[in-house]
Amino acid sequence: MTSHSLGRFLDQYRGAGSFLSVCLLLILVMFGLPLFVSTFGLLQVTILAVMSIFALSQGFVWGFAGIMSFGQAGFLGLGAYAYAVAVINYGDSTLAVPISIILSMLFAAVMGYFMFYGRISDAYVGVITLTVSVILFQLINSTSGSQYRIGVVELGGFNGIPAIPPLNLIGDPSRPLDQTGIWYATMGGLLLVYGLLRFILMSRFGRVVVAIRENETRAQLIGYDPRLFKLLAFVTGAGIAGLAGCLYVNWAGYISPGVFALTMSAQAIIFVLVGGLGTLLGPILGAVLIQWLINTIGDQGAVDPGLGLGIILVAFVLLFPKGIVPLVRAAIQQVLTWRKRNVGSPLLADADPLQSGAE
Amino acid sequence: MDLAGLIAFNVVTGIAMLCLITIGLGVIYGMMRIINLAHGELMMLGAFTCVIATEAGINIWISIFVLSPLVVGIIGLVLERTIIRFLYGRILDTMLATWGISIGLTGLIVTIFGNNVRTLANPAPSFGIGEYSTSLYGLVVVAVAVGALGSLFALLRFTKFGLILRATMERPGMAAALGIKPDTVYMATFALGSALAGMAGAVLAPISGVSPVMGVAYITRAFITVLGGGAAIVTGTGLASMLFGTIDELVSFKASPVIGSVAMLMTAVVLIRILPTGITGRFLRRSL
Repeated sequence: MTSHSLGRFLDQYRGAGSFLSVCLLLILVMFGLPLFVSTFGLLQVTILAVMSIFALSQGFVWGFAGIMSFGQAGFLGLGAYAYAVAVINYGDSTLAVPISIILSMLFAAVMGYFMFYGRISDAYVGVITLTVSVILFQLINSTSGSQYRIGVVELGGFNGIPAIPPLNLIGDPSRPLDQTGIWYATMGGLLLVYGLLRFILMSRFGRVVVAIRENETRAQLIGYDPRLFKLLAFVTGAGIAGLAGCLYVNWAGYISPGVFALTMSAQAIIFVLVGGLGTLLGPILGAVLIQWLINTIGDQGAVDPGLGLGIILVAFVLLFPKGIVPLVRAAIQQVLTWRKRNVGSPLLADADPLQSGAE
Repeated sequence: MDLAGLIAFNVVTGIAMLCLITIGLGVIYGMMRIINLAHGELMMLGAFTCVIATEAGINIWISIFVLSPLVVGIIGLVLERTIIRFLYGRILDTMLATWGISIGLTGLIVTIFGNNVRTLANPAPSFGIGEYSTSLYGLVVVAVAVGALGSLFALLRFTKFGLILRATMERPGMAAALGIKPDTVYMATFALGSALAGMAGAVLAPISGVSPVMGVAYITRAFITVLGGGAAIVTGTGLASMLFGTIDELVSFKASPVIGSVAMLMTAVVLIRILPTGITGRFLRRSL
């Protein structure tokens, strides 16, 4: 084993190590927290986990596929409404969960077809996704009255749908989950999504998606169809947002058109931007941090949370466009190199990049 | 017959409204390639300026045509100097930053004035088309829209300033070599676009009502129209407004305003699938 392949092995090992440590941390939080926190506390933490899933959907679509989706809340809302309508109609959540995911994905597929096969520019993708989510909001907002019903469920316009039953054990509607159960389900969902995205990014499909983000023309010349891969990545992200919507309803117990609102999409963007674009840990951290901040500002009531969010968004675009996780990672790396240089031979450390570049 | 007259009047008013909503955004996008997501909030600020000024006893027409553009133009100038100018050439970052501005401005106004709707008394009398009655204010909107488009065209086409603007947008390097400061031109363009947005917000305030979150309702329409119109500011805005305004008003009349917006969006999506660079990206390319 030459020193170079050893380095590569270590790199891979480090990737696996960080993956395993994040998983371990999530599992620890998942099973540890209910031991220390009251049911009310758990309710407040559950929304952080829901928002983390939502942030991961944005983080994947934007950070890895390079698609500027400014309307991710549209899929969150579709998932939420689909779950609500399905679970009330069937009286059982077993089918409602996949329905909420699949409906979001189908909608994204239609939208993505027009956007990616129309070959419109990145900025236009941002504008169209934003516009579609706003119009979905207006559409749902205008459905008050008993003529707007799906099955037995009235959509309820701006009042939304009240009293939505929570998840139940698979195939057994008589045993609904309690607050702790919802917490486990949400954290399980977060783990699953994190693992799935890690797996996708390691797979051939994920590598092509990232390659297209890096250089679309080159990827196309190698023989991959950027339109198709972008579409698939977009649909995947929409499915994750749909799942987040379904879990959001379970947390809230009701649903209103507010889930479609532009501030919701903006939050997802801020989560990713603050945490770190092009990472998976970043969106989770960003979601926890920012959502906690919103709750705190919202509680004291003097200042509108939007003011703080806006300032954070502008500040990060101007000052830290890479976000927290890459910043911290770079800082750690700098400290490590600095120590290595002081301990080992400075010449060797300098020569290292040249060596790997030559192979 | 009366009904047809009323519908025709509404269609023309709808087109004019769309022109007004879009023109400030069109100037900034067409000239600087910046997608200003805070456009709706600039309109909101214009409307608020107008309401506050009239409540302080200032004549409504002066508020609409002098104060609102002036105040919002200055705000735009400040925003450009403090934030936007660091992001030129990075279209996605400017979108994010202007989105941040938009959320922040809404939050600021909610914090100061509270999240409620204010109204502005309609200054124009109503008139009748046969048995139907409608407000003369629609004619004001039409006049302002035509005036705004016309003077923008004249400014760009016939004045030295317009020539400098167009030259800078086309070849900033060459313009700089000839002694023009592109930085100053960008600043002026952004302020001009903001001032137009402020005026539009004020003109539409008596019709729409004024609230801190009103901007959202405008940006979707403005974006659809700018995307559909393409690169040419005046022609693009005009043509796209005619297309989308007609569709919006007719469908709104048959169904509801929300369905009208949906129809508009559908048309825009199909249009962009066929003409990815908008109407003037394909036809009338050399127009302004």
